[in-house]
Amino acid sequence: MDHAHAMAGHAADPAHIDTSTGLDSRKMAFWTFIGSECLLFGSLIATYMAYKGSSLTGPYPHDTLVNGKLEHGILNIPLTSFSTFILLMSSVMMVLALNAVQKGDKSGSVLWLLMTALFGSVFLGCQVFEFTHFYHEGLTLQTNLFGSTFFVLTGFHGAHVTVGVIYLLTLAYLAHKGKVGPEKTLNVEIAGLYWHFVDVIWIVIFPLVYLIK
Amino acid sequence: MASTATVAAPRAAAAPHAETGLWSWITTVDHKRIGVMYGVTAFLYFLVGGIEAGLVRVQLFVPNNDFLSAESYNQLFSMHALTMIFLALMPLTAAFFNFLVPLQIGARDVAFPRLNALSFWVYFFGGLFLNVSWFLKAAPNSGWFAYAPLTIKTFSPGLNMDFYVLGLQVVGFSSIIASLNFIITIINMRAPGMRLMRMPIFTWLTLITSVLMVTALAVFTIAVTELMFDRLFGTNFFNTVSAGADPLLWQHLFWMFGHPEVYILILPIMGMVSEVLPTFSRKPLFGYNVMVFSGILIGWLGWGVWSHHMFATGMGPIADSFFALSTMLIAIPTGIKIFNWLGTMWGGNLRFTTAMLFSIAFIAMFTVGGISGVMHSAAPADLQQTDTYFVVAHIHYVFFGGTVLGLWSGLYYWYPKVFGRMLDEKMGKVHFWLTLIGMNMTFFPMHFLGMYGMPRRTFTYADNLGFTALNQLETVGMVVIVLATLIFAINLFTAWKRGEVAGNNPWGAATLEWSIPSPPPVYNFREIPVVHSRMPLWEGDPALSGGIPHGKVDETTERITLGGTKVGEVRDVTDENKMSAHDLGIHLPPPSYWPIVLAAGISVFFGSMIFRQVTGPAHNLWYLSFAGLVTIVFAVYAFAFEPGHSH
Repeated sequence: MDHAHAMAGHAADPAHIDTSTGLDSRKMAFWTFIGSECLLFGSLIATYMAYKGSSLTGPYPHDTLVNGKLEHGILNIPLTSFSTFILLMSSVMMVLALNAVQKGDKSGSVLWLLMTALFGSVFLGCQVFEFTHFYHEGLTLQTNLFGSTFFVLTGFHGAHVTVGVIYLLTLAYLAHKGKVGPEKTLNVEIAGLYWHFVDVIWIVIFPLVYLIK
Repeated sequence: MASTATVAAPRAAAAPHAETGLWSWITTVDHKRIGVMYGVTAFLYFLVGGIEAGLVRVQLFVPNNDFLSAESYNQLFSMHALTMIFLALMPLTAAFFNFLVPLQIGARDVAFPRLNALSFWVYFFGGLFLNVSWFLKAAPNSGWFAYAPLTIKTFSPGLNMDFYVLGLQVVGFSSIIASLNFIITIINMRAPGMRLMRMPIFTWLTLITSVLMVTALAVFTIAVTELMFDRLFGTNFFNTVSAGADPLLWQHLFWMFGHPEVYILILPIMGMVSEVLPTFSRKPLFGYNVMVFSGILIGWLGWGVWSHHMFATGMGPIADSFFALSTMLIAIPTGIKIFNWLGTMWGGNLRFTTAMLFSIAFIAMFTVGGISGVMHSAAPADLQQTDTYFVVAHIHYVFFGGTVLGLWSGLYYWYPKVFGRMLDEKMGKVHFWLTLIGMNMTFFPMHFLGMYGMPRRTFTYADNLGFTALNQLETVGMVVIVLATLIFAINLFTAWKRGEVAGNNPWGAATLEWSIPSPPPVYNFREIPVVHSRMPLWEGDPALSGGIPHGKVDETTERITLGGTKVGEVRDVTDENKMSAHDLGIHLPPPSYWPIVLAAGISVFFGSMIFRQVTGPAHNLWYLSFAGLVTIVFAVYAFAFEPGHSH
């Protein structure tokens, strides 16, 4: 019976794994999905790099000399450094959440899942602030090549963070209901994979967009 | 296992106790039914794409023809390409993946059955969506590669390219989730003993293809997303006019996907042919390991050649030399495959069934397409050939001479497994010869036309250029292909109704799918087989009776006659088919309607972006987008929390 179960592709619980590789199919599928996501983000980043510095009109990302006159760059590096730090810290929260779930610590699970979501939300808040600020400064999707590539790349990442926050809140609600015990570790682990991946992508985006002139 | 009997199994065997009715098909998560649904839908689109090609050829029958306007001609050849690639050939290979891969690796299902249903329904709606454009007289009209900046709003103001960017995102999403599913299925769901190097070659090439799909389509998704942003939200990714965008960005992104795509279309076919040839040569596949590794190499090199589509854009001698060399390199693993297929047949006990004939023709025709491909890889020659009919000839020898002939070979070979009945061999051979003659009449003259300088994608030509006679020959060839396809369609239908009953293993083949009844019961294997060899039914695996020992004919079992010779055995599988999964204590995933709801939500969301442009600012249809989005969110949650999927 157990054997048949595994073969039909829905092994009962993560503790009972009977697949060709001994690894859980869902986790493996998620890694494959991340591989695909790498190519998605890779294409966006490549587009950004291809167009870096080729905007014909301002606003420009960094301080730029235009006809002998200095135009101040629009990017707010201190603010984004702060939000980057917050996003990286959220990954620590995620690790703590997984640890709590593994140990069967219900209140800890809820707490750390909520904290991860909160830190993610702070990051998103900074991004919303940044986007509205840029909008008032005259940088939109339509303004120039920098606007198009910047908003689409960081917006695409922000959309991933948003999905992650909803994902984490759903897990926190389930944990609160007592439905995320140690036997459901894998569900939290996969959410963690997603969350860490989104963070790693930001580590690539942040220097490329904000730090390198 | 069931006892062997001399009588053919009655019709009941062809409908194994599964639920029937439309609802059971809509909610099915059975990989075999999804495979059949893919196959039927894709075959219908193959006919649609064929009609589009037919109209193109009628237009080109005489010089200065006004049968079609230039605009309808653009839409027809563009949709012909999109339909054939995304709605017919890729889904036809997906039909084989779905039906065969779990059977070949000894699994009860794919890794994620509902995700599998989702990918079908997303494809189904995406295909409808693309074809709705005909009714608004706004089908995509810029070829399948949609070169930006020609396709930004400035130069393509209609809805045509909006259908392209939205429709292909939907279809691409379907392919990504489908391939994800197959990667995991093949890696993780193999029967005990089925090591990677014991997997049937078709399964191997499915795995390589799936890896290509999951990566290449991600690049394509971003390319069309950027174009969509340009068209719908006014960004500047491809705006060379006022923003200074690079006119080559789209071409790089597109071909980064577009070149692996041709391997996505040919690798599974190579797998099919590699199954058919050994069976009808009664010899194991020559150089199995080399076949696997050359497949991996083709998949790998396929990523390094994309810019050979861009020699004429002036990338410079270094880039041109690199891509010329990498393209020539691909010919090596491909050549290895061709030698191995010939080696498989060498000294074999050949049986020229229709499936075998199609496979042999595949080798010949695909070689023609491959050689003209190597000719393109030389940048100086390519500068002469590009944008002429020579390229059209090349691509049709690869896609028709390669993919289509291989698919038909696979269909004749596995049709008995799918429907439990044999296709008629006489009709099959008529189909084969007409197809072979028709395709060469249609596509071979294109080489000459290209060399004479006839440009591709132009809707007519003057009468003093010497193009007329060859064009007329091609159009006659098209009529022959149409005739052949009609015969094929009739054969498919009549065989399903009243073909000769097939039995487990009508061809005496070696792989696992032939050890179970035809059509297979819903649970596939009564007991999960334990695999000891690469060809379990030929190497006398005692647990898997029903096979024929390699190299000799077993006279003790009753055989099916085929063209006067007895070739396969008949088993009475009625008893086994009557037993339900429940009786056997086998747990199967329950049906689900959330895949179709989710797919419908995605289509409504994407469709709303078209229809809000149709209705104008007075009714901007925001509520339609909103309804789509709500359906998606709701269906995702329902999908994730559906009870019973994780027992």
